Amino acid sequence: MYSLLKTLWLIFLHLFHRRETIEYPERKAYLAPRWRGRIILSRDPDGEERCVACYLCAVACPVDCIALQKGELPGGRWYPEYFRINFSRCIFCGYCEDACPTYAIQLTPDFEMSEYDRRNLVYEKEDLLISGVGKYPGYSFYRVAGLAIPGKDKGQAENEEPPFDPKTLLP
Amino acid sequence: MAVTLTIDGRAFQVEAGDNLLHACLSLGFNLPYFCWHPALGSVGACRQCAVKQFRDAGDHAGRLVMACMTPVADGMHLSIEDGEAKSFRASVIEWLMTNHPHDCPVCPEGGECHLQDMTVMTGHVRRRYRFHKRTFRNQYLGPFVAHEMNRCIACYRCVRFYRDYAGGQDFDVFASHRYVYFGRAEDGRLENEFSGNLVEICPTGVFTDKPLGRLYARKWDMAGAPSVCVHCGLGCNVTVNARAGHLRRLLNRYHHQINGYFLCDRGRFGHGFADLPERIRQPLRQSHPLTRDATLRHLAGILPAAKPIGIGSPRASLEANFALRQLVGPDRFHLGLAAEEQRLLSLIIDILQKGPAPAATLADAEQADAVLVLGEDLPNTAPRLALALRQATRRQAFAIAGRLGIPSWLDNAVRDAAQQEKSPLFIATLDATRLDNLATAVFRLPDMEVARLGYAIAQAIDDDAPKVSDGSAEFLSQAQVVAQALAEAQRPLIVAGTSSGSRAVIEAAANLAWALCRRGRAAQLSMVVPECDSLGLALMGGGNLAEAFAAVDAGAVDTFIVLENDLYRRAERSAVDACLNRLRHLLVIDHSSHQTAARAEIFLPAADFAESDGTLVNNEGRAQRFFSVRPPSGGIQESWRWLRDMAAVRHEGEPLPWRQLDDVTAACAKALPGLSDITNAAPGAGFRIAGAKIPRQPQRYSGRTALHADRTMHEPKPAEDPDTPLAYSMEGAATKPPPSLIPFVWAPAWNSVQAINKFQQEVGGPLRGGPAGSLLIHRSRQARRTYLGEVPRPFAPRRGRWWIEPLYAIFGSEELSRMSAPIAEILTSPTVALPPADAARLGITEGALVELRLGGEIRRMPATLHPALPPGTGGLLAGTPESIGLILPGWGEIKACEGTP
Ligand code: SF4
Ligand code: SF4
Ligand code: SF4
Ligand code: SF4
Ligand code: FES
Repeated sequence: MYSLLKTLWLIFLHLFHRRETIEYPERKAYLAPRWRGRIILSRDPDGEERCVACYLCAVACPVDCIALQKGELPGGRWYPEYFRINFSRCIFCGYCEDACPTYAIQLTPDFEMSEYDRRNLVYEKEDLLISGVGKYPGYSFYRVAGLAIPGKDKGQAENEEPPFDPKTLLP
Repeated sequence: MAVTLTIDGRAFQVEAGDNLLHACLSLGFNLPYFCWHPALGSVGACRQCAVKQFRDAGDHAGRLVMACMTPVADGMHLSIEDGEAKSFRASVIEWLMTNHPHDCPVCPEGGECHLQDMTVMTGHVRRRYRFHKRTFRNQYLGPFVAHEMNRCIACYRCVRFYRDYAGGQDFDVFASHRYVYFGRAEDGRLENEFSGNLVEICPTGVFTDKPLGRLYARKWDMAGAPSVCVHCGLGCNVTVNARAGHLRRLLNRYHHQINGYFLCDRGRFGHGFADLPERIRQPLRQSHPLTRDATLRHLAGILPAAKPIGIGSPRASLEANFALRQLVGPDRFHLGLAAEEQRLLSLIIDILQKGPAPAATLADAEQADAVLVLGEDLPNTAPRLALALRQATRRQAFAIAGRLGIPSWLDNAVRDAAQQEKSPLFIATLDATRLDNLATAVFRLPDMEVARLGYAIAQAIDDDAPKVSDGSAEFLSQAQVVAQALAEAQRPLIVAGTSSGSRAVIEAAANLAWALCRRGRAAQLSMVVPECDSLGLALMGGGNLAEAFAAVDAGAVDTFIVLENDLYRRAERSAVDACLNRLRHLLVIDHSSHQTAARAEIFLPAADFAESDGTLVNNEGRAQRFFSVRPPSGGIQESWRWLRDMAAVRHEGEPLPWRQLDDVTAACAKALPGLSDITNAAPGAGFRIAGAKIPRQPQRYSGRTALHADRTMHEPKPAEDPDTPLAYSMEGAATKPPPSLIPFVWAPAWNSVQAINKFQQEVGGPLRGGPAGSLLIHRSRQARRTYLGEVPRPFAPRRGRWWIEPLYAIFGSEELSRMSAPIAEILTSPTVALPPADAARLGITEGALVELRLGGEIRRMPATLHPALPPGTGGLLAGTPESIGLILPGWGEIKACEGTP
């Protein structure tokens, strides 16, 4: 009985609190940069696609709403031939971003993606790929990885010796 | 002998003589390792498998030992969990990782990488090493295997497999200390026909499957199905992987009596024929696409009035062949084999059933302590058997090591003890083979002389065997040498087969094995057959192709229903042309297109091995079931379903009341006593584990709700599979399935192919649940002891003529694999092989164009000079578009001709 009355009283006091209703959409709420909304694919500092089609986001996704196919550019760079997110299934958990070893996939503070037709919630790579680095400036996976790609030969990644010539007679 | 081993305070019974690593893994412990492999033995190169060994229960200090190098002894105490051992193992990984590139996301091995698994197992997570990584340039190794040398951890497995196990010469380890480099002296295709195994044997991503890389998917994203290789008669077990309807790759599937851990490259990379862009996926009528209903209407128009015969196929399942047999009736069913080949296959069955020498499994062949190969170029006709015989030549090495008390798994010690000592291997073939360098002696002979050699050896072993009365003294003394080596062996093996097309060779081999049996030796026979269901078809029985052609000639038949068979590969081109021209209707059911299919009035697209299920019988008479990994798409359906539909529209005779594969299998087993055991090849469609089907997809299969979203928002229901206990989804039983139903190997903490350890009763031993497949050929109790056949007349060279025998190439002679893109890339154009002296007399030089007349056919192609060929003989690469339609062996005329090849 006491707790019931206490609850009623507390709710009554809310009449005198400052109002928090925001006139959305005329006014927008503040969303922190790490808010988990619409997913994008970013580019590395050189302007190339960051995604290397490693499939880790796809396997981390608890609702299995990411599908892609690895392709390879001449010279050996891995990239996604297609990259599809079915946002009608996405639960914005952010596991994909956690799993991504290249910072390619990122969740953004944008939730305004309502559609009348579910089909419009299927985003392809063209819809996902932005032209910047997103939340993580500076990082380029291929500068760290050992795989050679055009413009970065063997031995030119971070912490690498020049390629060894196995036919040398020197020890 | 079982001994007691105490591991971390718990006592276990294990076999004495094994090494500790073998014992620990067999007991189910997760002990990390790299360099040890059950088929290669231990060398102690990686130091990863360290455990603590104690003097006795009271010793708490103990010492670190390498588990793979330490034999199990009675009363041993050890600890895997000991802190020092654990930190040692973590340190070893950390050292290996100092040079490892930051590659996992762009490494095709990722997700099935033994190095990843072992790193997680030891707990190494953070790089502390601040210095530089060594790097290498990669090599181009051909269309099969990709190379990324930075990822190497120097475990030496690759080079031990490639050189020591598979006998490859063009691959090695170079340089020293932290710069050891595993590759070829220079860029180029890996020449050994087992190079694809590097993909599985290398615990890292240095060697990966190149064709898979073109349409890459991670292991967790691919559905799997247990299957059987369709590219030769040995029946190696394989796993097929598919995603989004595409066949992605093929992996070894462990079978301890057949392929063990290894496949040949034809089997591994030959599957590309199934996904060719030009594959026909709709029924065709005179080359125009038809709907299914229209097709059935046309068939209903044709079949009632037709006088058909059915032509079966040695590369189709027993069920498909049986469906055809039921559709047309047993007396109108023809096997689709040339008469001679059919006789040879029947002879082989007869020999294996009635004779005292049983058919050898590949595991048996590996254990043979003396081997004679008669007339088979094994690396090209039965590649995996050739690999088994390579191991057989090491019996002597193991015997020497055994006498010195060296355990057989201590690989380097065994090799050092044995030096160059080998068990006897004798090879009698027309041309040189890639096994020759292991042989005690080789004999270069045409087929009748090969048979005579076999007879002469049999006669030297048993006086009652047929006599070779007109052999030269030298010939007989050679035979004597071989006879002595075989008779001294405990488990001699005689290998022969259908390749040279000679009945006498097969009879000689049987006689020889029987003579050895009479002398009390456990002799075995290995009979090589050409195709994946050759023996099954012969067990089924039916008319041959010549009889079918004759029936057309006689007017008794006006329609052919051809099942998965290209008749032009089976008979002379002119004969096939003449016959097909006389037919009113030619109906062809096949998955691949070929010359016979091109002439079909109606072509029905059949499911290939990866989208259908069925039973195949291998060369030892073992029935094995293969399972689809993807449902048939488009207008494609299983051959037996097409045949059932034809029976339904025919309006006469019995309809075939089959609803699922098991109905066909059961009907076949019932109708044909020789095939009654095929139902035991694998569990039927009703098999369930705790009420659930077995999932083809791994539990982490991704993209389910996005894969089809570009086409439909309604996530399609996984296809039903009425024919098998496997499901086209990730839902179902979580426990390990029986051996014939394992769709992929995975175990907690074991994502790589090495997870197979967890499926074996004992590491390197049989799978849990017994061997897969069921043997159809049983030796009868009253084994016949009378010798077969008669000694053929000696080879007599003819003036102006050459005895042309078929030669075989692992890549090129087999119909389906040669269509696969990576194999098509390395095909060479066929040539007429001639002995140099004969060629010189004809004025023919290497590469010059020659004209070959054989039977009624004329072919022009370049000549190559093969120094091994005996005078008066020649060879022609069989199974190529240029050589099919020629009947080999036969006497051919050869002359130089004008023009450039
Ligand atoms: S995890 Fe990152 S790099 Fe890998 S496929 Fe997803 S987005 Fe691309
Ligand atoms: S070999 Fe294994 S650990 Fe190394 S990059 Fe490849 S997946 Fe990663
Ligand atoms: S290439 Fe692979 S198998 Fe060979 S030594 Fe290196 S890691 Fe081992
Ligand atoms: S040996 Fe024969 S059955 Fe085995 S993988 Fe090679 S082609 Fe296939
Ligand atoms: S596995 Fe024992 S040292 Fe490599």
